[in-house]
Amino acid sequence: MYLDAEDENVLAGEFGETRQKMMEILVALGRVYDAEKLVPIASAQVSGASYKTIGKWGLHWLSTMNARVAVPAVLNPIGMPRDEWRELDGITPEFAHQQEEVLAAYRRLGIKLECTCTPYYLQRTEYGEHLAWSESSAVCYANSVIGARTNREGGPSALAAAIVGKTPFYGLHIVENRRPGVVVEVEAGDAPHADHYGAIGYLAGREVGNRIPIFTGIRPGRDQLKALGAAMAASGAVALFHVDKITPETRVFHFETESLERITVGQQDIEDLFAALDVDAVAIGCPHCSPDELREVANLLRDKQTTKPLLVFVARAVARENPDLVGAIERSGAKVVPDTCMVVSPAMDRYRAIMVDSGKAFAYVPGMCGALARIGTRKECIDVATS
Amino acid sequence: MILKGRSIAKGSGRGELLVSPAPISFLSGVNPDTGIVVEKGHPLEGKTVAGRVLAFPYGKGSTVGSYIIYALQQNGTAPAAIINVEAEPIIAVGAIIAGIPMIDRLPLDLADLQDGTEVTVEGDSGELICGDTE
Repeated sequence: MYLDAEDENVLAGEFGETRQKMMEILVALGRVYDAEKLVPIASAQVSGASYKTIGKWGLHWLSTMNARVAVPAVLNPIGMPRDEWRELDGITPEFAHQQEEVLAAYRRLGIKLECTCTPYYLQRTEYGEHLAWSESSAVCYANSVIGARTNREGGPSALAAAIVGKTPFYGLHIVENRRPGVVVEVEAGDAPHADHYGAIGYLAGREVGNRIPIFTGIRPGRDQLKALGAAMAASGAVALFHVDKITPETRVFHFETESLERITVGQQDIEDLFAALDVDAVAIGCPHCSPDELREVANLLRDKQTTKPLLVFVARAVARENPDLVGAIERSGAKVVPDTCMVVSPAMDRYRAIMVDSGKAFAYVPGMCGALARIGTRKECIDVATS
Repeated sequence: MILKGRSIAKGSGRGELLVSPAPISFLSGVNPDTGIVVEKGHPLEGKTVAGRVLAFPYGKGSTVGSYIIYALQQNGTAPAAIINVEAEPIIAVGAIIAGIPMIDRLPLDLADLQDGTEVTVEGDSGELICGDTE
């Protein structure tokens, strides 16, 4: 792999032991994936933020590091709201203390303590930029909706990229590897399914696996694209998808689709997912809510009071910038929770059945929370939480 | 005899070969306190990786396995070196953060490596040195 003079100096240890180790990680990954060079990145999103994931040895390793990130970097969601963990039932002081130690270790490295699966709401991210992001739905959104270029990084590789400011040039960084491999059609188009994008993604992801799908005949907006991609990344391993005439690369490149396999997401299959089930909690915000989604939830909750726990998950910065919407939502009895989510927080473990508006959460809640999952539209979720 | 492979993690490590025909998952597959392989039914079950030159096809399982390799090193129960048929990120990252020499792509089958043979892995040059070098 080609390294420039500065990379070589980093590798030789001239900029300290931590940077040297980080460069060694990038060089080894470059070898593993036969990358020809390193490419500069605009930002990084580092996984391995939760103590539950990295454990005491991960924390020990982080604590030995001595360097600062070279590009803006944020973290994955963690198991609790950073500062307000006492307000969420089910978080023990011991868990909170260990989590705080992990965050302190990342802060020392210059990483912003924004723990979110939607870094694109915080860090302006442009078409064609190279990134080193790690959370599956964020990777899918960056690649597909923005047209930025990132592989799905592991914790140490994203951290190494953040500290060096570069990542190995392979996989989805290379334009030729971003061509679609399968065509997906939605049987009835999206007219009857505008609120069902999470379900469509959940069904499509199971068929698509790790291929790059191109959807035809639908016209989703940004939040619908977010729901679609997040669900496909969860039920399949989709890191990039295209929607003909909607997502940016379909307007820049000409993709040959004649010879590709075609898959249809059936209308009946979509409707069958929306089966009724008694639930004891409702959770919205997987991935974390956009400002528009917060506004929609606030409007749906107007003049209503919750009768069940209703949790709305969001990036801390988005909550901070929309205090009126947060206030309107919380006046109903719902709780707006930053930094964490329904999938990674132990606070969700005590529910028997959880209703979600997300295809991704629908895929993960049974395994991660040990609860039954019901999927509904956002309006159906609010109706159930307030009836 | 010197066999030339590819450098993955630098440093030099010497020890007796321990060869696994099966991939290894370090998370839940290896006890980080003792270095003993605990995965049920694994060809190395009950054997320790501590101080050995551990040869196996490639890593499997959770990416958190990288931190278990680091834990082995901190506990003094790590392999002296690692040989993979084909390196993948879990083991490569684990070896680097733990400072364990590692090479891959040797020009022979793992089955040709003899358990118990004393060998040296040169992580910088990617070489496996069998027998006396002098």
